[in-house]
Amino acid sequence: MVAEAPRPPSAEDDGLISGGRYRRMALAAFLAVSTVALVPLLLVTGVSYRQYRSAFESDLSNPMLRFAAAAQQSLGSFLSERLSALGMIMRDTPIEDLKNSAALERVLQTMEQSFGGIVDLGVIDETGIQVAYAGPFALEGRDYAEHKFFQQARVAGVSVSDVFMGYRNLPHLVLAIHKDLGGHHELVLRATVDTDVFHFLVRARTSRRPEQAAFCRRCHSLVVPPFADAFIINQDGVLQTPSRFYGDILGRSRLPPLPHSSEPALTEVVDARGQPLVVAYTQIQGSPFTLVVLSPRDATHAGLMSVRHDVIIFVVVSCLLIVTVVAAGTTYVVRRVHDADLKRAALYHKMEYTNKLAAIGRLGAGVAHEINNPLSIITQKGGLLKDLLTMSDELPPKTKMIDLTDSVLKSAERCGVITHRLLGFARHMDVQQESIDLDALLHEVFGFLEKEASYRNLRITFDCIGEVPHIVSDRGQLQQVFLNIINNAFAAVDDGGHIEIGIRQEETTDVAVSITDNGIGIPESQIPHIFDPFFTTKKGAGTGLGLSITYGIVQKLGGRIGVTSTVGKGTRFTVTLPLTHPAAGSSE
Amino acid sequence: MTGPRVLIVDDEAELVSALVERLNLRGFRAAGVTTGAEALTRVAAADFDVVLLDVKMPGLGGLEVIKTIRTEHPEVQVILLTGHGSARDAEAGTQLGAFDYLMKPITITDLVRVLHAAANQSRPEETG
Repeated sequence: MVAEAPRPPSAEDDGLISGGRYRRMALAAFLAVSTVALVPLLLVTGVSYRQYRSAFESDLSNPMLRFAAAAQQSLGSFLSERLSALGMIMRDTPIEDLKNSAALERVLQTMEQSFGGIVDLGVIDETGIQVAYAGPFALEGRDYAEHKFFQQARVAGVSVSDVFMGYRNLPHLVLAIHKDLGGHHELVLRATVDTDVFHFLVRARTSRRPEQAAFCRRCHSLVVPPFADAFIINQDGVLQTPSRFYGDILGRSRLPPLPHSSEPALTEVVDARGQPLVVAYTQIQGSPFTLVVLSPRDATHAGLMSVRHDVIIFVVVSCLLIVTVVAAGTTYVVRRVHDADLKRAALYHKMEYTNKLAAIGRLGAGVAHEINNPLSIITQKGGLLKDLLTMSDELPPKTKMIDLTDSVLKSAERCGVITHRLLGFARHMDVQQESIDLDALLHEVFGFLEKEASYRNLRITFDCIGEVPHIVSDRGQLQQVFLNIINNAFAAVDDGGHIEIGIRQEETTDVAVSITDNGIGIPESQIPHIFDPFFTTKKGAGTGLGLSITYGIVQKLGGRIGVTSTVGKGTRFTVTLPLTHPAAGSSE
Repeated sequence: MTGPRVLIVDDEAELVSALVERLNLRGFRAAGVTTGAEALTRVAAADFDVVLLDVKMPGLGGLEVIKTIRTEHPEVQVILLTGHGSARDAEAGTQLGAFDYLMKPITITDLVRVLHAAANQSRPEETG
């Protein structure tokens, strides 16, 4: 019969190389490397974009604010100059001339030549009737008693009206100066400002009327930024000049109320149509008007949106590229680690296997020696029987022949016990879980060394404390563990030494086996290294793998191994094993 | 003429008794003991030519016994009997003055040949 050599266990048999561990390793490496690569990219991109947006918004807001400031100054000057002129006329012109339309016409012409922008002049008495009028409309005798500018001028002395249609049915605004003549007599001098001129001051545009176009040419009109709209609203939000966005004059601007600001201010608002806007605005001093410069946010931010779009594409492409490269790199590295671990585990198993074969070899030598004794008895008893039969003419007595045959049979039986024990050790090379009586197993292992103990006069004691339950573990691996440790104990003690093997249950889940010798002991400095591979204290006699492999096996079986030692007094190894190895069910 | 006196020392009593009988059948005057201590007593008490001594024995081992015999009874030749595993011990024994060593299992022919050679060495005037 041909016995099949036991197969060395492969690296993956016992779950040393598990897929989950490498997936977790790959994920952790992927996350770490991705974070290191992506965070600086995102930070730099974010900060750069923020700075760019800040610069962009500054570039956007500065022209609007500059325009608002210039327009405020221009309009303020326009109104204050004309109000000053009206005040001067009211002060210096005789009352009779003021009430005389012809004289007023001359004043109008003088003003037109000096200032421009005035359409007509009128003088209204305390009853609200326009007593004198100079201008293109037939407005003499009109009643202005209920007009707001008239009432305001009488109260405040000066009035700048909103733009309104009035008797002429054209948009215009009125500047009015009040003069108290005494004796309940009052006069209000009013001048009409053409809103075309007003509009011209806000936005570069040619006046519709030739005489005012000439005026416009003399003025320095302001250039509205190309993306913006500029117009004037009154306190109710009614357009005082036409707006590109909100339509013609006297329409509603649809802007939300803007906080009062005598200096140009910038804000972002959403109008009644839901349109996000960037707005620069300022009050025009001495008037009820607010100058507004606005631009749709989308239009003004088109450049920024374009940059943002590019930045997003750049970031997305970069991130995808980085993630792809990192994923590929991580996968490659983890696969290499996996392969290396497989090789290492295979090597470890090979070492373990070799160690066991070496143990079997050592045992084999011992067994051969031990088996020689019964073999010698068989040889000599058989030889004696033959001698008795051949060297004498008489047959030996029957009892003698039976005694000799019994001796032969008994010795053959001894050989059988020895070979069975060795086979029992060699058979358990493959990993398998079974119920094990540790006391019996330790006696079985000790059986190999019994003869040596006897020759060397070693005292071996077994101390099984209390009822020790069976454990579920791997018999072959445990044999190897205890054989390694007991062999070490044999090597450590002198002839006549003492080795004590103790077994006890620890807590409810473990069983502890201690192997204590009174040998040479291990120096304290070497204890941390005794489980390292290739570390040996047996100079030239050991491979340095025995305890390393023992440690690995115990760990694999879910147990732990500890050592205490005092030089000159002895060493104790304690192997603690679980009653049931958690991985026992999955290790098949 | 009487045959050489041989003392067989081995912890296996069955082996000792078989060898004693076989050697006696071949003209030797053989006796046997199973411990090293007994061997030293017998060697001191009787006039043995050769001691066939097992190396590995519980208690007093073969190497200790040969040292004493070679010191106290240098005329007695010692042949060591070893298993395969203790061949190194047998060589050590040779250095201590053993005449020869034999590996178990031995054949009676080899044993008789070596015993005669040893006995000749021990008592050349009688055997020669």
